[in-house]
Amino acid sequence: MKKLLLSVVVGTCLPAFVLAADFKPAIVYDLGTKFDKSFNEGVSNGAKRFTEETKVEVQEFEPANDSQIEQAIRRMAQRGSNPIISVGFSQSKALETVSKEFPDTHFTIIDSVVDQPNVQSVTFREEQGSFLVGALAAMASKTGKVGFVGGQDIALIRKFACGYEQGAKYVNKDVKVFQNMTGSTGAAWNNPSKGGELAKSQFDQGADVVFAAAGGTGIGVYQAAKDNGKLAIGVDSNQNHLQPGTMLTSMVKRVDNAAYDTFKAQQEGSWKAGKVTLGLAEKGVGWAVDEHNEKMVEPYKAKMAEIEKAIIDGTIKVHDYMTDNTCKM
Amino acid sequence: MSEWFTLLISTLDATLRVSTPLLFAGLAGLYSERAGVVDIGLEGKMLVGAFAAAAIAHLTGVVWLGLIAAIIVSVLFSLLHGFASITHRGNQVVSGVAINILASGLTMVLGLAWFHQGGSTPSLTNNERFTAIQLPFAESMQTVPYIGPLYSDMLSGHNILVYLAFALVPLTWWVFYRTRFGLRLRAVGENPKAVDTAGISVATLRYQAVIIAGVLCGFAGAYLSTAQNAQFIRDMTAGQGFMALAALIFANWRPWPVLFACLLFGFLDAVAVRLQGVSLPHIGTVPVQLIESLPYILTVILLAGFLGKSRPPKADGIPYVKER
Repeated sequence: MKKLLLSVVVGTCLPAFVLAADFKPAIVYDLGTKFDKSFNEGVSNGAKRFTEETKVEVQEFEPANDSQIEQAIRRMAQRGSNPIISVGFSQSKALETVSKEFPDTHFTIIDSVVDQPNVQSVTFREEQGSFLVGALAAMASKTGKVGFVGGQDIALIRKFACGYEQGAKYVNKDVKVFQNMTGSTGAAWNNPSKGGELAKSQFDQGADVVFAAAGGTGIGVYQAAKDNGKLAIGVDSNQNHLQPGTMLTSMVKRVDNAAYDTFKAQQEGSWKAGKVTLGLAEKGVGWAVDEHNEKMVEPYKAKMAEIEKAIIDGTIKVHDYMTDNTCKM
Repeated sequence: MSEWFTLLISTLDATLRVSTPLLFAGLAGLYSERAGVVDIGLEGKMLVGAFAAAAIAHLTGVVWLGLIAAIIVSVLFSLLHGFASITHRGNQVVSGVAINILASGLTMVLGLAWFHQGGSTPSLTNNERFTAIQLPFAESMQTVPYIGPLYSDMLSGHNILVYLAFALVPLTWWVFYRTRFGLRLRAVGENPKAVDTAGISVATLRYQAVIIAGVLCGFAGAYLSTAQNAQFIRDMTAGQGFMALAALIFANWRPWPVLFACLLFGFLDAVAVRLQGVSLPHIGTVPVQLIESLPYILTVILLAGFLGKSRPPKADGIPYVKER
């Protein structure tokens, strides 16, 4: 009798339990750290918002080096996580392999394209956002010289640099743009000392606004800007609060929305494989205005809105570096 | 003032900033290796020092307490290295590598547990870090041609740890070549048996040397997280401990050459930063990776015997076994 009762209890509990266990979203972060106050943290914020709303826990993994990425994605898939968000261009190869092994699992990759029937590829029009902050930098610069510090020297970061330069030149065609990359390996995302030195070398040459697209390395760039009384522009997440008074603005990529939407779509059954491109028109990229920089950017707001509108309706065409690997002006 | 001169001054200014952690760590290695204890663990000790400095400076709000914490923690790691390699005569290279791995993992775990920021510490305000100090007359000297910028832009305006690092070089030379302790330290790295025969404890001397190395690595770490930067970020030493080790070898284990090797490596780094993407007349764009790897290439060439002879202390890396 006891046994029967138990099985009845278990039996009635089971469906609900399976339902909850069925939906196990997961994230494998990009190299660097989850709390890089930038790219990864944006994804993590999206996941946090999802967890708060739906009470569904999100599995997370922070790879310490390249070789862990493939194992991490595979482990997540084996444990039955679905969907799995893979963050960053450096995971595309690993995801290509793993997605074939688990055809029934849904994968979403942010910042890269993987052409598989069960993979959704979310990319952003970084060149448009970078164009905007480049224009703002040129307007705010008193010396007519602006700087850019990139993380690892890859096509994606050159796309940022190229958009930034185009924006700066759109406002002031005589503007001088200094460009530096931190390094050629993954360690370049986590080297604040080098970032600070690169920024200082640009300040020494006359730059007074610097845009960092360099993950954790950017922290050193902003610190250097603050120490030298210059302006800095953040990236990916809204970083205006990091050094109030120094941060002119941030070029935001709404990776949080991308993560949130992926989970939400999976939950509602509307998740679709394929390419998704988020630009200015889709509010996937933009520049951040909040209480920390409101006063600083006030004089430029009207002009910025004008440029924004021109990009959306196509009057200004921003060249994408990744289409032909050159930066045409 | 010509543009080139300004560029030179700013490059030299950066050289001093970049050389400082190398110099602290290089001198640390010098004390340790001249006493016969190989120190691969410079990197790890710098890392724990950097973490301790940033964490304590953040918690107490006093940067000097952060520095003291960095020194204490770094010395503890030194003693661990000493315990394994002096007391138990273990392999010194293996012990050093273990120190590096332990430091990298431990700082991340503790950082995650205490600050919940992915292994970083919260960023420090200017009151909680070492900030630039102006040397006397820096303002009034500014207008003097050539010497003015050299003094007020290059030499002045660094933080106290930079000046301390450079002051340590003559002090180290004096300790090594003008004191009894220095003589014994050098002897124990060359011929420990002779020291032992004279009735002086080899183990005590070597422990003293690794403790000094720990103190200096603590300074190097504190410089990274509370002077050059304003927070600890995981693995922020980024190979500088190994760079210091290369400088030490390049300098043939002597104090003044250590200074010049560190300055040279720092200068190469500063030049690499400034030459990035710049097209030089006749040469074209210089590959930065080449300049960045120059310190290592130079060290390898030296070790291969092309640039004079590399002469490490004779008993370097060999545990001392008393014959019975």
